[in-house]
Amino acid sequence: MAVRDYIRERFMPHIWCPGCGHGIVMNTLIRAVENLGLRKNDIIMVSGIGCSARITGYLDFHTLHTLHGRALAFATGVKLGRPDLHIIVPMGDGDATAIGGNHFIHAARRNIDMTAIIMNNRIYGMTGGQYSPLSGYGRMATTAPYGNIDQAFDIVELAWSAGATFVARTTTYHAHDMVTILEKAIVHKGFSVVEVLSQCPTYYGRKNKLGDAVEMMKSYQKGTTPIGSNAKKQNPDLVERGIFVQEEKPEYCTEYEKIIQKVKGEKQR
Amino acid sequence: MTKQILFLQGNDVCVEAAIYAGVNFFAGYPITPATEIVERLAEQLPRKGGKFIQMEDEIASMCAIIGASLTGMKSMTATSGPGFSLKQEAIGYAVMAEIPCVIVNVQRGGPSTGMPTCVSQGDVMQARWGTHGDHAIITMTASNHQDVFATTVEAFNLAETYRTPVILLFDEVIGHMRERLIMPEPGEIPLIERLRTSVKEGTDYHPYLPRDDGRLPMSDFGGVHRFNVTGLVHDMWGFPSNNPNIAHGLMRHLVDKIENHVSEIAKVKEYYLDDADGILISYGSPARSARHVVENRRKRGIRLGLLELQTLWPFPAEKVRDLCSKAKYILVVELNMGQIMQEVKKAVEDPGKVFLANKIDGTFISPTDIRNIIRLIQGKGV
Amino acid sequence: MRTRIIFSGSGGQGVVTASIILAEAAVLHEGLNAVQAQSYGPEARGGATRSDVIISDTDIHFPKVNHPNMLVCLTQEAYNTFSGLIRPGGLLLIDRHYVKPEKKVDARQVELDIYKTIMKEIGKPIVFNICMLGAFITLTPLVKPESIIKVLAKQIPSDFMAMNEQALQIGQRMAEAYK
Repeated sequence: MAVRDYIRERFMPHIWCPGCGHGIVMNTLIRAVENLGLRKNDIIMVSGIGCSARITGYLDFHTLHTLHGRALAFATGVKLGRPDLHIIVPMGDGDATAIGGNHFIHAARRNIDMTAIIMNNRIYGMTGGQYSPLSGYGRMATTAPYGNIDQAFDIVELAWSAGATFVARTTTYHAHDMVTILEKAIVHKGFSVVEVLSQCPTYYGRKNKLGDAVEMMKSYQKGTTPIGSNAKKQNPDLVERGIFVQEEKPEYCTEYEKIIQKVKGEKQR
Repeated sequence: MTKQILFLQGNDVCVEAAIYAGVNFFAGYPITPATEIVERLAEQLPRKGGKFIQMEDEIASMCAIIGASLTGMKSMTATSGPGFSLKQEAIGYAVMAEIPCVIVNVQRGGPSTGMPTCVSQGDVMQARWGTHGDHAIITMTASNHQDVFATTVEAFNLAETYRTPVILLFDEVIGHMRERLIMPEPGEIPLIERLRTSVKEGTDYHPYLPRDDGRLPMSDFGGVHRFNVTGLVHDMWGFPSNNPNIAHGLMRHLVDKIENHVSEIAKVKEYYLDDADGILISYGSPARSARHVVENRRKRGIRLGLLELQTLWPFPAEKVRDLCSKAKYILVVELNMGQIMQEVKKAVEDPGKVFLANKIDGTFISPTDIRNIIRLIQGKGV
Repeated sequence: MRTRIIFSGSGGQGVVTASIILAEAAVLHEGLNAVQAQSYGPEARGGATRSDVIISDTDIHFPKVNHPNMLVCLTQEAYNTFSGLIRPGGLLLIDRHYVKPEKKVDARQVELDIYKTIMKEIGKPIVFNICMLGAFITLTPLVKPESIIKVLAKQIPSDFMAMNEQALQIGQRMAEAYK
C-alpha cells in the first residue's frame, strides 16, 4: 500500500510544529507495518495525551486516544480483550515516564505483548515547554527558568531493569534503522520498548539554544553511536543506539490463557 | 426444582451477580472493605473463561476495564473511597467516550484514608460529581443481599443500554454482612447485551452518531470497523473537534440520554407510604434500620412509612415529591452529613419538613437512633 | 423466635469463623433466617474481634446486636467490654483459660475449660473454636450438630474432618451438664 493509505486525511492538517520529529516517527512506523505485511485491522494503537499521542488520530488503525499517562493501562485492558492483535502504544517522555511512570514499569514487569514507542523530545511540548524527567540536569525549560536541577532517567535502563524483553533506542536521524527496529519490536512476543530521540525545535531546541530541526537532527548523528562501537570507548559521552535487549520470557496474556485452560469449568468448592 | 440457597457476604453476592450478568473482565486493586470482590473474581473469572488482572493501582484498574469493554467485554472494577477518588478521571473518560462499565464502591469512612474498616455513605456526592465537568451518571445501591444481586445485574444492564459507567454504591455493612441469598435461576433476571452496529464491513460506520432514540450502536474495538476513540470533544467519527455546535450537541446527548430516562432508570421501594404521616427515606444498609423502625411502629398502629431509594443518580426527584406530598415530616436516614437529604429538600414542596438522622462516627445507625430523632421531630424529646 | 448472639474474642481464635458456621448452618440446614455481621480493627491477628449473629424464623432487618441473649467471651478484654450488654435471663459462655470472671451478670454464666480440654485431648488449638461451638449448640439448641457438620464438610479438607467432629463432640460433652 502507499504510505498515504495508512493516513486519515480527514484528520489533516496535523498539529505538529514545522521540524518536529514526531512526523518522522509516524512515517517510519507506517513503513515498518507495511514491510511486515500487517493489515490495518491487525493493529490497535493506544496513546495518552501530548504531541506524540496525536499520532493515533492520524493513522488508520483501530485508535484509542486516552488520558495523560494512562495509555499502557488502557492498552492492557484492550490487549486482554484482543490478545490476537498487535498493540502499539506511542507515548511522549513525560507521558510515559512521569505521570505514566508506574504503568510503564509495571507493563514492562508483566511482559505483556505490546510495543511502547517513547518519542523522547525531553520536554512537555503541548503545554509549552516545561521540563520532563528526560530534560536533564542544567537544561532550560519554562518551569526551570534558572536551569533544571532534576536528574534525567535513562529510558533504556529503566525499561530493562523493569523487565521489558525488547529494549531499543534510535533517533529521528536514523530513520532507516528505526524501521528495522520497529519491525522487530512489533513482532517481538512480549513488552517491547523503543526509545526514539525526537527533536522539539520549538521548545527544547529554542530554550536550550540547540538550533533548528536540522541542527538538532545532526546532533543525533554526532552524539550517538551503535551499541559497543569503538567510538563509544573513546568518547563515553556518546549515546548508544540499537537493540539492547531481545529475550524470550513468559508473556502475560499467554500465561493467563494457560490458567483459563487449566481451571475452566471448575466449580466453586 | 428448589432454588439454590447460599449464605454469603454482600461482596460475594455482588460477584455472583456480576457473573450471572456475564462479566468477563475485571481489573482491580486490593482495598478494604472491597477486597473480597477482587479475591473472589480472581478465583471465579478464569473458571468461566473470563479474565482477571490485579493492576498496579486504582487508576490503572479503571483504565483497563475501559479498554477491555471497548473490545466487547463486560467489564467491572471494585474499590472503596481512596480508590474511588483515584478512578475519577478515568470514570469521566468512560462518560465522554461512552464506554459501558461497572464500578463498585464499598464505602468506608472518609475523607482520605478515614476509617477503612468502618461503615459510611460519604461518597454519594462523589459518585455524582467526582469527575470533572458537566455530565450524567447512574448510581445504584441496595440494602439486602437479594437486592445486591438484582441491582448488580441491573447495573450491567443499564451500563450496556445507555453506554455509561454505572456506579454501585454499597457500604461496609452490606459488603461484609452475611445473609441468605436465594440464587436466581439462569434467565430469571433478563440480561441486556449492548447494541451492536449492523453496518457491514466496508461501509462507513459512525461510532458517535446517535440513533433517533439517543442510543449509540457499538462496534467491538479491533473488529471490522476502524475508528477513533478519544476523551476530547469529538464528532460523529470520534475525531477531536472544537466546533461549538458539535460540542453543544455532544454535551446535550451525554446528559439527556440519562436524564431523559429517569423514570425508566430510577427504582425505589415503597413501604406503607399510602397513609404515612411520617416518611423515612433511606438507602443502603441504614435502610435496614429504618425498615426495622417502620415495621415495629406499624405493629403499634403508628403511621410511619419507608421510601427506600435503590437509584441515587439520576435522583428520582419527581417520585420523591409525589410520594412525600402528604407527609407531615420526612426523615432522611443516611451515614453522612446529609448528602441525599439536600436532594430531598430540593425535591419536596416544603423543605422545612425534611430532617436528617445520621451517623458520621464509623458506627452503624441503630433503630434506637432513628426513634430518638423521630421523637425530637415530634417535640417529645429523646 | 429471635436469638441475638455476640461472639467475642481476639483475632486468630476463630471467633468469626465459628459464628459464620453457626449462622450458615441455621440458614442452609435448619430452614431459619440468620444474619452475621462483624466489627473488626486493622489487625489480622490479635486485636478485639466481635461477631454478631441473629437467628430468627422471620425477616431480620437491623443486622447488629445491641443486647445479646447469648454472649460468648473468649478474652478478658471481650468479657470486660461486652458482659454488661447481656439481656437479663440470657446466657454467658466463657473459657476459664482466657477469662477470669470479675462481676456477676444478670444471666446464667457458664464457665468451661474448652482450651485446656482441647489441648489435652486433641493437642491442636486450631479446633478450639469448633469445640466452643459444640458447647454453644448444646447450651442453646438452635442448630443441630449434624447441621454444623454439613457446613464444615463443605469448607474443610476431608483429612481434617475427623478432628473437627471430635472437637465438636468434646464441646457437646463439656456443656451437657449445664443444659
